[in-house]
Amino acid sequence: MTATSTVTGSADAAPPAGPPRRRGGLLKKIAAPYQQSHGVQRFMLVTGTAISVIIVLLAIFAPLVAPYSFDTYQADGVRFPTQGEPSDVNPWGTTVQGFDVMSRTIYGARTALEVLVLAVVFSLAIGVPLGLISGYVGGWLDRILVLIMDALFAFPYLLLAIVAAFLLTNTIDSGIVVTAIAITVVYVPQYFRVVRASTLSAREATYIEAARAMGAKPGTIIRKYLFGNVVQSVPVIATLNAADAILTLAGLGFLGLGIQPSEAAEWGYDLQRAIADAGAGIWWTALYPGLGIVLAVTALTLVGEGLNDVLNPTLRRRRVKRPVISSSAVGPASAPEVEQEAG
Amino acid sequence: MADPVLSLRDLRIWYGAERGAVRAVDGVSLDLMPGETVGLVGESGCGKSTLGRGVLGLLPEGAGHAGEVSFRGRNILDLKPRELRSMRGPELGMIFQEPMTRLNPLMRISDHFEEVLRIHEPKLGKKEARNRSLEALRGMGIPPTRYRQYPHEFSGGMRQRIMIALALVLRPAVVVADEPTTALDVLVEAQILRILADLRRNFDTALLLITHNLGIVAEACDRVAVMYAGRVVEQGPAYDVTTKPSHPYSRELLRSTISLSTTELHSIPGAPPDLVSPPPGCRFHPRCPNAMAVCAQQWPPTEATSPGRRSECWLHAQDRIPAGLEKPLERETIATSEEA
Amino acid sequence: MSRAGSLRGYILIRIALMIPMVWVLLTTVFLMMRVAPGDPITATLGGKLSPEEVAERQAALGFDRPLIVQYFDYLWDAVRFQFGTTITDGQTIGDLIAENGGATLTLTVAALLVALLFGLPLGLIAGRYRETIPDAFIRLFAILGYAAPPFFVGLLAQLLFAQRLDWFPASKMASPIVQAQAETHTHILIVDLAIEGNWSGVWDVLQHLVLPAMTLGLLVTGVFIRLVRVNVGQALGGDYVEAARARGIPERRVVSRHAFKNALIPVVTVMGLQVALLLGGAVLTEKTFSWPGLGSRLLGYLTNRDYIGVQGLITFFALVVVVISLIIDIINALIDPRVRY
Repeated sequence: MTATSTVTGSADAAPPAGPPRRRGGLLKKIAAPYQQSHGVQRFMLVTGTAISVIIVLLAIFAPLVAPYSFDTYQADGVRFPTQGEPSDVNPWGTTVQGFDVMSRTIYGARTALEVLVLAVVFSLAIGVPLGLISGYVGGWLDRILVLIMDALFAFPYLLLAIVAAFLLTNTIDSGIVVTAIAITVVYVPQYFRVVRASTLSAREATYIEAARAMGAKPGTIIRKYLFGNVVQSVPVIATLNAADAILTLAGLGFLGLGIQPSEAAEWGYDLQRAIADAGAGIWWTALYPGLGIVLAVTALTLVGEGLNDVLNPTLRRRRVKRPVISSSAVGPASAPEVEQEAG
Repeated sequence: MADPVLSLRDLRIWYGAERGAVRAVDGVSLDLMPGETVGLVGESGCGKSTLGRGVLGLLPEGAGHAGEVSFRGRNILDLKPRELRSMRGPELGMIFQEPMTRLNPLMRISDHFEEVLRIHEPKLGKKEARNRSLEALRGMGIPPTRYRQYPHEFSGGMRQRIMIALALVLRPAVVVADEPTTALDVLVEAQILRILADLRRNFDTALLLITHNLGIVAEACDRVAVMYAGRVVEQGPAYDVTTKPSHPYSRELLRSTISLSTTELHSIPGAPPDLVSPPPGCRFHPRCPNAMAVCAQQWPPTEATSPGRRSECWLHAQDRIPAGLEKPLERETIATSEEA
Repeated sequence: MSRAGSLRGYILIRIALMIPMVWVLLTTVFLMMRVAPGDPITATLGGKLSPEEVAERQAALGFDRPLIVQYFDYLWDAVRFQFGTTITDGQTIGDLIAENGGATLTLTVAALLVALLFGLPLGLIAGRYRETIPDAFIRLFAILGYAAPPFFVGLLAQLLFAQRLDWFPASKMASPIVQAQAETHTHILIVDLAIEGNWSGVWDVLQHLVLPAMTLGLLVTGVFIRLVRVNVGQALGGDYVEAARARGIPERRVVSRHAFKNALIPVVTVMGLQVALLLGGAVLTEKTFSWPGLGSRLLGYLTNRDYIGVQGLITFFALVVVVISLIIDIINALIDPRVRY
């Protein structure tokens, strides 16, 4: 997605480090970006993560948190009003079909999470191995794959997802799976590209040559050495793609493709229903699902951009303060007193 | 005896880093006479580039400074940014190290020249500006037919010559050349050095030539200052310092220079010093073959070893060493792998 | 190294490279449409016609022939710009483009202009003053602009500017009166009205254009801001900028002439991607504002499961992206003297 092409091609060039170290400090690795950043970057990272975590928790615990289910139209034997204003019973109002907006918004988060997880898993499972193999093996396989991926990449992403969803709707029952696959189709080329570029640069490293000289099979090399290095570039792309995926999901829902309304609540779908309401000046059916989308995407983008800033050394700016040199004597015996605040 | 056109007095430039303040330039005093070429030598990371930029007032971000950089008697570090900026170009010029990236790829050579002339001499007419530029380029061996070409159409050596012409077109009194030939091959290097030598003769330009290559210094400079860990440890006439160095560091540097008569490779053990917390006492003592006990404890005085020569070393002030500290310094053998 | 010659050469080579790309795209579309089981006729009209009629239609359109024959027919048709006739309403794709293409064009061009108008200056400011408060706000704005989908922004815009404030109309491209008045010349309404000198009509369309263009433009503004910001920031720390400062060039000119101008090149380079983004967003925006463009037609065919309609329009969109990428690469070559084969 264009979100990663800030400086054209910057996300592709991860400098190959030495052979990847053991997984011992996984927790440390996760914590590192948070510790190393400061100022705006840190703010972005922390805020983004906080909001994302909240949304994920809401999604997971939806049945407990939401006042009703996403398709409840009555409580205590009393039917909800249709297009009802926010009230005690329905804090965020009701939709044109008499569903509670608050519940639908919270369940919408749940739907988004389900689709997102599936889509990311599929994309990684397909895109990363393809990229690794294509980058390492090269030759005809590589060229064909690159051609296909570039063609897919050139498509307007939403249109690609639309076509995929359109084609699969009749064959697969679960709307959630259909949408997840549609999103996967759009984002596999992304992962493929980045992983392939990483592999290409890591492939020429001396320790790979040494492994080859020792007779290691390509599969082993890919698994043990390349994978660890190449995987570095994935988290940033994954986060930014997750943000895009939510937008694609909402887009599909808005157009009526993918998830059926009886199956789950979806933010995009709710917004499509809200178009008619807008004419009558009804705002609550549009505002809350919309805010859901904006918050989720913004949170993920903040995390992705923050990570990108921290992990990409060319963009990182260290905040340091000017040292004050208070004495001008020569020699360390009477060396200048330095008051420095290294930020 | 004329006054120096550029005078550095106890200059310090420290800039902040995560670990602490980097003492890139830590008390340097140096004079530059009109028409003189002074070489500034040292290893990478000894602060010479920072010093060179400091002469133009181009300090790194978040840098603190103390001391003076006096150009014709005025301390440029005290000037307002606008005044300082107007001096760059007509009075102070700079030639950078990597010519490949120093020209704006979207601007023709003509644009580069006409821009700088328009800014500093706005009364100059278009024709006159063009003539001046062509003349400057002709002096560097760039033909007028190539005036309107783009930077990428020139080789590295030619780009460096263009940069020199650009720096000189306003006839500054002082030019700082920061490793002008490091990125170029030997033949081109010789050409550039010849051009720089002509400068001295034709325009009376004072040149501060920063390099890590002692060979260049011997050939092209009148005087030389050897820099180590942010300080100038030896200064003097180029011929004298390069044939009979008085500071152990200069000596070691000379010995490591590779020439056609080299039969054995010699290197200075250890690694360049940490500019954030430099070694106590004489900063060279961990790597000095002549180190004495006093060197690790007390700051060496600056001695004039002969007229026009100065050296900061205990070897030239043996009479002032406190009793018992003249014996050679005991230290563990420096394992080079440790430092690397 | 003669420059003029290489530019011509570059253009020719670039056009030549386009051909395999187009071929791969067409093949991809073809394969995608055949992924679903069954054939388009059955899928679309299966329930509505008798089996004999369905078989008749199939034969008429050639769906009973082997796949490979269909493939070559499809390619041959595509080369002659015939993308088929829709099943549900019998329009050729050419008809569709004539009727609705102009509207989509107007919308996307207007959105692009909006994005450039806001995105470039904001990106410049953010890049110049990095790590300061204005920069933080601009970045946040860029992120929000991208995070808020066009249909949400559009809805809010309608609620606020159309309902509450009544500044702009909420939907459609022009009022019915103006629509009726216009005669067709270029099939682009606003241009046609201008040709006829119907300035009140032009004004009417412009008013209708404001909300949708701003909504769609917001999407791409964020991308431009980010792009310009990073590139200006990098340029300002770059080598030739330092050299320029060493020559005493004033900071303002350093920023505008050396940093900003150079930072625009990457913007042009990724413009192709932005067009793709805009086309996707246009579909959403057109639905939100009932804007009568190709996006709206596409949605109609999707709902009716009209395979040919969907295939034809998707192919058209893909080709548009390829052609625009070509044009952009050529523009890039014109601006950047380093780009030559």
